[in-house]
Amino acid sequence: MAEQQDDPKKLEEFQERIDNGETIEPKDWMPSRYRSQLIRMMSQHAHSEVVGMLPEGNWITRAPSLRRKLILLSKVQDEAGHGLYLYSATETLGASREEVLQQLLEGKAKYSSIFNYPTLSWADVMVIGWLVDGAAIINQTMLARSSYGPYSRAMVRICKEESFHKKQGYEMVATMAQGTPEQQEMVQDAVNRWWWPTMMMFGPHDDDSPNSAELIKWGVKSKTNDELRQSFVDRHVEEAKAVGIEIPDPELEFNEETGHYEFGEIDWDEFWNVVKGNGPMNRERMKAKQEAHENGKWVREAAEEYARKKRLQKEKAS
Amino acid sequence: MSNNEDSNDTQWPLWEVFTQPRDGKPHEHAGSLHAPDAEMALQNARDVYARRNEGVSIWVVPSNQITASTPEDMGPFFDPANDKPYRHPKFYSVPRAVKKRS
Repeated sequence: MAEQQDDPKKLEEFQERIDNGETIEPKDWMPSRYRSQLIRMMSQHAHSEVVGMLPEGNWITRAPSLRRKLILLSKVQDEAGHGLYLYSATETLGASREEVLQQLLEGKAKYSSIFNYPTLSWADVMVIGWLVDGAAIINQTMLARSSYGPYSRAMVRICKEESFHKKQGYEMVATMAQGTPEQQEMVQDAVNRWWWPTMMMFGPHDDDSPNSAELIKWGVKSKTNDELRQSFVDRHVEEAKAVGIEIPDPELEFNEETGHYEFGEIDWDEFWNVVKGNGPMNRERMKAKQEAHENGKWVREAAEEYARKKRLQKEKAS
Repeated sequence: MSNNEDSNDTQWPLWEVFTQPRDGKPHEHAGSLHAPDAEMALQNARDVYARRNEGVSIWVVPSNQITASTPEDMGPFFDPANDKPYRHPKFYSVPRAVKKRS
C-alpha cells in the first residue's frame, strides 16, 4: 500500500484519541503508516502462528502417550486457529487474505525466527511449550491492550488458549526433570538449545529496533523489546529453578537492588542471520508451507464444488 | 475497503461470525472467515471461534450484507440521545423520605 502524506490536523486528532486510550476501529480514520505498520506486524504474527505448527506437527505421531498426543493435536489446531483470527483481523485493514498469504509463500513476508530451529527430540516439544509459548504470552498479553480493536480482540482470544500451551509445556518439563538421568539430560539439552533463540523472539535491542518507538507512540505496543525480554527472564528463571533446570547463561545473576535478573549478551549475528533466511530450518519451513498450499488445492476445489452442487439442488427444489 | 467490492474478490466470500455465549445473552461479534457457502461458513465458525464452549448458538452473515453507520456521522447520528435528559429516571426528583425506602 502506498504511503501518502497525512493531513496534519487529522494526525493530531488521531494522536489525541490514542493518548485518551481510545480504541481504533476498522472504519475510523488512521494514518497511512499506522495502517501499513499494523498490516506488517499482524500478518507477520499470523504467519508465525501458521509456520509454528510445523516444528511440533512433526511429533504428533511420536508422542509418548495418548494423553500427550491429544494435547499436542489440540495445541497444533489452536495455532491454526490463531493464524485465522489474525488473518481476519489483518483483513479489516484492507489487506486481502490472498495477498497476505501470497507474500508468505513467496518468501517476502517474515515470520518469527524461532520456528527456523529444528525439533530434535520430544523434549523440544515440551520446551517449546514452556519457553516459546511462555515468551509469546508475555508479548501477546501486552498486545491484548493494543490500540487497534480487531488486533486486541484477537489477542484476548489467543491469550486464553496460549496459557494452556505454556502450562502443558511446563508440566512436561517438570515431569521429565524428575525422571531418569537420561530424561533429565534430554530436557536440559533441549533447554540449552532453545533458551537463546527464545530470548531473540523479543527482537533487537531497543536502540536497534526502528519500529518500536512509533508503535508505542500509537499505542500498538505498550512495552519495549527489552522490557518484555526482562519480564520473560524474571519469570522463567524462577520456573527453571523450581524444577531443577539450569539456564545456559553463565552471566545470569539476580540483582537485589533492581529485583531483576541480569543476563548475558545475545548473539546478534546469529539473530540477523536467521532473520535474513539463513537459519537451520528456513528453507524446509518455506518448502513445507508451499507444498501444503499446493497439495491442499483439491480440498479448496472440493469445497467449492460441494457448495455449487448444494446451490443447484436448492434451485431445483424451489 | 475490499468487503464490498465483489468484482475484485477472487477468494471465497467473507462472513462475519456472531456467537451467543449463553442462553439469554445477545449474540456478539467474534470475527470473520472466508467460506464458499453459508453451511460451510457455519461449520468453519464452529471450528475457529467455538472450540472452548464460547457459544450455544452461532450466526454467520455475509459481510457485504451489513450496513453500518460511519465514524464521521458519529456525533450528529447519535446526538438526539443527549438532549433528552427527561428520558432518564435520574431526571426526576423524589421526596427524601420516599427515596430512602427504595
